[in-house]
Amino acid sequence: MLKFSGKSVLPGVAIGKMYIFKKQEYTLVKEKVADAEAEITRFHDACEKGKAQLDKLYEKTLADVGEEHAAIFEVHKMMMEDLDYLEAIEAMIREESCNAEYAVTTTGDTFADTFASMDDDYFKARSADVLDISRRIVRVLAGIKEAGIDSDEPVIIVADDLTPSETVQMDKSKILAFVTRYGSQNSHTAILARSMNLPSLINTNIELLDEFDGKIAVVDSFHDTLIVNPDENTMRIAEADLKRWKDDLAALDELIGQENVTRDGRKVNVYANIGNVEDLPKVLKNDAGGIGLFRSEFVYLGSKDYPTEDEQFEAYRQVVEGMGGKKVIIRTLDIGADKQADYFHLDHEENPAMGLRAIRICLERMEVFKTQLRAIYRASAFGKCSIMFPMIISVWEIKKIKEIVEVVKKELTAEGHAIGEVELGIMIETPAAVMMSDELAKEVEFFSIGTNDLTQYTLAIDRQNECINRFYDSHHPAVLKMIQMTIDNGHKNGIWVGICGELASDLTLTETFMDMGIDELSVSPTYVLPLRKKIREI
Amino acid sequence: MSKFTYVVTDEVGIHGRPAGVLVKKSAEFKSNITISCKGKSADAKRIMGVMSLGAKKGDTVEVTIEGEDEAAAAKALEEFFKENF
Repeated sequence: MLKFSGKSVLPGVAIGKMYIFKKQEYTLVKEKVADAEAEITRFHDACEKGKAQLDKLYEKTLADVGEEHAAIFEVHKMMMEDLDYLEAIEAMIREESCNAEYAVTTTGDTFADTFASMDDDYFKARSADVLDISRRIVRVLAGIKEAGIDSDEPVIIVADDLTPSETVQMDKSKILAFVTRYGSQNSHTAILARSMNLPSLINTNIELLDEFDGKIAVVDSFHDTLIVNPDENTMRIAEADLKRWKDDLAALDELIGQENVTRDGRKVNVYANIGNVEDLPKVLKNDAGGIGLFRSEFVYLGSKDYPTEDEQFEAYRQVVEGMGGKKVIIRTLDIGADKQADYFHLDHEENPAMGLRAIRICLERMEVFKTQLRAIYRASAFGKCSIMFPMIISVWEIKKIKEIVEVVKKELTAEGHAIGEVELGIMIETPAAVMMSDELAKEVEFFSIGTNDLTQYTLAIDRQNECINRFYDSHHPAVLKMIQMTIDNGHKNGIWVGICGELASDLTLTETFMDMGIDELSVSPTYVLPLRKKIREI
Repeated sequence: MSKFTYVVTDEVGIHGRPAGVLVKKSAEFKSNITISCKGKSADAKRIMGVMSLGAKKGDTVEVTIEGEDEAAAAKALEEFFKENF
């Protein structure tokens, strides 16, 4: 039995096998090997594992989308068995006494070049297949796992930290808990864990050793511990804790259908934050009054190229329609900084948090922005839809946005599309927006305070940097004063003000927010009922 | 030694999946099977070589079969080409 400690991001208990998730980075180095024949055997073993992966992919694709799409994996497998390819690699290992990773990569590149130089597009495309199988073998050789989770049962994901593009590829039904070595309360993994109600730990002092892979472990985030290979007694206690935790969650269900009202009769809207169409059932199940933040990044991050208007429309429509007349606030594209998509070809920036991101990209790349606005306005015909714009600092930005919105509305109407009434609001997440909130309030119909960025920009603390965690205070009076100022200026101008950042689910602040006069709190779906419970106790 | 020639009629030619099927079919026979096209030749049992011929619609391929089951192989492969390419 081994015990590790971390910091809880969501209290709870999980029991299951550990899945050691390593980064998929690999840097090719040429190395001398002492025993070329042993290296060839290592290469053959890697091919076998690679072929087994391809078999699985074939079966999965066959079941999911059919034979036509699955066939490519069968061809890949045959290519991996091709004697010309195998013999060339073996010869290289033997002649140069080099490592298999180097021989596979170099030989793969040579074969790929042959195809790439052919004058027919169909044959040229085979070049990518050769590179793909070579990379697969190298990944196996280097011990790098495939993206996603290669397990039949739900597992405890143990990683350094996870990026949005890594988690996007994970089958969410296969995750019991996250345990990360780095990260902070506001890192992507922590936010995801809370939205999925997964008991999780960050800053955990565990090494990512291969021997941990597949071992049974207990995540007890009530006590900030991870126990590997628990003994019988520990296991018995953990099982009891797990049951109690699940029972407590079940007790919250009794709050479904109840109002969000304090004992002295003050009401507040409790909405949910979502990042995907798949989150919709959780919103409905937890009885949220609406969607206070629909992050639209998933349509961009889950895609290899700019998502089309129709693709986006379909996603927004499903949510707007699915909410059955309850408000859905869609936030326009918020990438840049820590969330990137390759096809945007954003230049490397020294300081991405203060760089070309969010609304700044939209105002620079009008076509991308218009496509999204068109998709949202088309979806607005199917329910109650609002739009909010991130990273606003100046009044001219919102004026410009409104001009574009007018053009989009005119175009859609002229094309015969039905559009609904859409409320326009902005995120208040920069100190500039807070200071300008009196002026900004005259231009929009609501404010939603994004406390994560507002805190980071106000305190000048990078929320991903765990070295300065001790200086980061989410209850810092500067931030709370800014929230009060925003609410006051919003109300003075007759608009409503909500909070959609992580702070909204901080139950120790709920009473403070109610006293400040907040109109809406938007939290992860799983926090809707605990927050309702808290409000009803005030 | 048996030999036959065939003019490819398939739109995309001998690549990807059809090439894979051809390799599988060829592997059923003990004979050595060579495919030549546009001055290049390849072992029909090796997919990368077959694909690197770049045999497209309108190209003539020559298939040479040599070995104990060459008669049966030639017959089966000629039919296979007509059916698939």
